[in-house]
Amino acid sequence: MQTTQSAPHLLFRARWSPYLVGALIGVLSWVTFLTMDKALGASTTLVRAAGMITGAISEDAVRDNAYYSKYLVGKPGFDWQFALVLLLPVGAYIASRLSKTYQPESVPSLWRARFGDSKPLRYAAAFGGGALMLFGARLAGGCTSGHSISGNLQLAVSGWIFTAALFGGGIVTAMSLYKQRS
Amino acid sequence: MFDTNLFADPQVLLFGALTGLIFGFLLQKGGVTQHKVIVGQFLLHDFTVLKIILTAVVVGGIGIYGMTGLGMIEGLKVKSAHVLANLLGGVLFGGGMAVLGYCPGTGIAAIGQGSRDAIAGALGMLFGAGLYAQAHPFMQEHVLNVGELGKATLATSIGGSPWVWLVALAIGSAALFVWLERRERSAAHGAA
Repeated sequence: MQTTQSAPHLLFRARWSPYLVGALIGVLSWVTFLTMDKALGASTTLVRAAGMITGAISEDAVRDNAYYSKYLVGKPGFDWQFALVLLLPVGAYIASRLSKTYQPESVPSLWRARFGDSKPLRYAAAFGGGALMLFGARLAGGCTSGHSISGNLQLAVSGWIFTAALFGGGIVTAMSLYKQRS
Repeated sequence: MFDTNLFADPQVLLFGALTGLIFGFLLQKGGVTQHKVIVGQFLLHDFTVLKIILTAVVVGGIGIYGMTGLGMIEGLKVKSAHVLANLLGGVLFGGGMAVLGYCPGTGIAAIGQGSRDAIAGALGMLFGAGLYAQAHPFMQEHVLNVGELGKATLATSIGGSPWVWLVALAIGSAALFVWLERRERSAAHGAA
């Protein structure tokens, strides 16, 4: 209860209202459109990163791949969105330090309660989940940022279909993983 | 690396970096860098994700369509609709996101708050991106060509002014938020 102490300054609070955060992300998207002619996104950068890693081993493997070529040949690999994605953890680090919520953690609490505290199991699941998620993002042409925020706010049909399917797939998967059968 | 500079112009990179810094900060403050918040959304316990997305969409949409109307921005950046690919990709994405407990942006951001499993998640994302690059020709032939609608918006494909859609979206979201807040408050009282 905050009866004796006044509430901490907004910057030091652990959680902000989702409506405030949502509104500020909306405003951030105005700024990126207005000043940079860009829409918020993240998953294309994973393609560029995977392509550049492949390219470091064999340039031909990238040139011979139409998908990598589309994003890398004749275009800088480290572009606007790459810089954005690289700085995401820095922004989150500052936010978590200000609110003292920075916490090294290998197995999240909800996962541990259901699947135990095995790190290899959690890491393997995270790897597999991340792979499936990015495969889906590239098939769909975007992710939660590119489709569900940037696409939906432009009223894009692609964004709204993707978002509905995402919630469908996510709800079915989470329910079957976490709901204990009675 | 490939017929051009490896790096974009410094100013472009600087703006991208600043955007990422702010975006990562906001995602952490919003709580969506937390595994339990993402999974909680899919278990329908915690509606933070939906609240953030819908608020960003309404606020962002009004600004973007407003600035387009005023000729302040170069134009929309609508991604082409490929109905089957958007649908199938979305389902796979949601399934992967429920297992991982982060989405691509919030997962990479989560590394910064100390979530080590998010590093395994990010490596998985790289692998998934590489896998898709190999599967793309097949998808192009069999999936991406089903239900191609071009750069369709709800307004251009279904009809009506974008403003009608935005106002409807704002009212619908506000009503949903009021209902969710009421439900959460009574649940909190019930628990206490």
